[in-house]
Amino acid sequence: MKNIIDIKDLKRHFVMGEETVHALKGISYTIEEGEFVTIMGSSGSGKSTMLNILGCLDQPSSGRYAIDGIAVKDLSRNALAEIRNEKIGFIFQAYNLLPRTTAVENAELPLLYNSSVSSAERRERAIEALTKVGLSERLYHTPSQLSGGQQQRVAIARALVNDPVVILADEATGNLDTRTSYEIMALFQELNAAGKTIVFVTHEPDIAMFSNRTIVLKDGTIIKDSVNDKVLSASGALAAMPKEED
Amino acid sequence: MRILNLLRIAWNAIKLNKMRTFLTMLGIIIGVASVIAMLAIGEGSKESIRKQISSMGSNMITIRPGAGIQGGVRMDPTEMQSLKLADYQALKKDATLLTAISPQVSSSGQSIHGSDNWPTSIYGVTPEYLSIRVLEVTNGSMFTDAEVNAAAKVAVIGQTVVENLFADGENPVGQTIRYNNIPFKVIGVLAEKGENTFGQDQDDVILAPYTTVQKRILAVDYLQSVLASAESEDKALDAVEEVLSIMRKQHNISGNDEDDFNVFSMEELISTFSSTSEMLTVLLVAIASISLLIGGIGIMNIMYVSVKERTREIGLRLAVGGKGSDILIQFLIEAVVISVTGGLIGVVLGVSATVFIEKVLNWPTVITIYSIVLSFAVCAVTGIFFGWYPARKASALDPIVALRYE
Repeated sequence: MKNIIDIKDLKRHFVMGEETVHALKGISYTIEEGEFVTIMGSSGSGKSTMLNILGCLDQPSSGRYAIDGIAVKDLSRNALAEIRNEKIGFIFQAYNLLPRTTAVENAELPLLYNSSVSSAERRERAIEALTKVGLSERLYHTPSQLSGGQQQRVAIARALVNDPVVILADEATGNLDTRTSYEIMALFQELNAAGKTIVFVTHEPDIAMFSNRTIVLKDGTIIKDSVNDKVLSASGALAAMPKEED
Repeated sequence: MRILNLLRIAWNAIKLNKMRTFLTMLGIIIGVASVIAMLAIGEGSKESIRKQISSMGSNMITIRPGAGIQGGVRMDPTEMQSLKLADYQALKKDATLLTAISPQVSSSGQSIHGSDNWPTSIYGVTPEYLSIRVLEVTNGSMFTDAEVNAAAKVAVIGQTVVENLFADGENPVGQTIRYNNIPFKVIGVLAEKGENTFGQDQDDVILAPYTTVQKRILAVDYLQSVLASAESEDKALDAVEEVLSIMRKQHNISGNDEDDFNVFSMEELISTFSSTSEMLTVLLVAIASISLLIGGIGIMNIMYVSVKERTREIGLRLAVGGKGSDILIQFLIEAVVISVTGGLIGVVLGVSATVFIEKVLNWPTVITIYSIVLSFAVCAVTGIFFGWYPARKASALDPIVALRYE
């Protein structure tokens, strides 16, 4: 299997006035193609810093980070933007959709920054991605006309549209109720089953049960990196939930 | 391709905020429209002065005797006898930049027809005088060169004279009037011309061959002045130079000796009068420019707020692969589109306002291409200039901070 993410002795520290804060203190792990990894940790554990570095929004102070074989250390701002554009699909807790903009236009946003994609192909791929997340009926709805779960599906479609090597989700179910969370997790499992590599950052332990590997951070170091033998099916959990009163 | 996408992004952002975009444009619209209207009014008044003055004579050059001393007595230039027929003939023969030339001798006196009489002036000229003064004979005809040579007692009279000497509906042509007791046959009537810039009635004239006025009325052999038309407005000053050199040769004036004659052109008069309206134009444009500047600051203000308000959006765009330069260009395009669209609307509004002023208020206006190009260029530059700072700020945002911005 190919290594999508390769991290070796990665450190990140921030200088704040006189003090130096060590957010990550030497972390090493690799993520292979097709894995569904949950990165867990309480606030202050370094999980956000980890996510920023994984997403090429930030760079390590020292150590190695390579995504899809490309070492990102010392790359320019523009080169990092290109990596984000072509290799990474972002999903945020607050969806971050453009207001008053249709689902299709939201989904095609990353392709607007990739000049090798024609406008016809862009539209086609956005519709394809929205169909994959079950929104083929809502292509021209704006975020205000969609429920929270549907908005997050648009965001997932946006993350899929550039066919990234890894999807990075940051508390992607944080704003959703349990039922909708499970629906979204079922969608992630579906995508993972189709071969997508997913890294899911969360502080909710029950979300981790749906992934096949969990990395737990504390105070900037990994305290646990375990394979989940008994992956819970999100669609199964959904079926087991009591039916909602209409 | 990339620019096309950025244009699309900027356009969408503008579409999403129609009201705000319009309000931002308003400053630019008013600025551009007022610059165009003010310049049109300024140019209009300048042009109307120019027209009035040139209606007194087309590119007219006047040659008069200079003030001089005769036997220790300083003389009024009009009484000097230094301008001779030979000077006129030399000018007619040698000047290359003049299209028409006529000597002029005048006298004032009483004109009489039947029981009516009227004080007026008689001008002794040649037929070329008509084209110099931009006059037309509507009824009858102008006297001929032959009649000039023969010192014939014929006259062409102005409307004011007609009104005062003849009954309504009476045809003056063919009738005889008396001027200072000398009978003149009226052979033509001049078209009405109205007052000139100085309030002189240009219709209160009698034209007769200069020879007749010289011999029969004034009994002199000198000329009071020579009038000429330069080939064109541009050549007027060169023509003045030419006339000067011919006249100096004619009068045997050499070296640094002073001229004993004066040459004036209408150009000098026009520039004197124009300078007043020029100042008015500068003032109007200065005021209008201030409103354009305020429009520009309006753009900066809105763009600045817009960048703040859309911080998360910018963060997202950076996260999905937008480069700093993409963000910069997007916001710059927004600013330029707003200012250019505002500028276009402003041009339309300014032109319509000018037409309104012309038609309803009856002010003379002239819309010049340069005023449109200038105000439009200024507003495009304003867009770039005032859009730059907020756009620069947006592009420099850290995506991590921007994404978490509340």
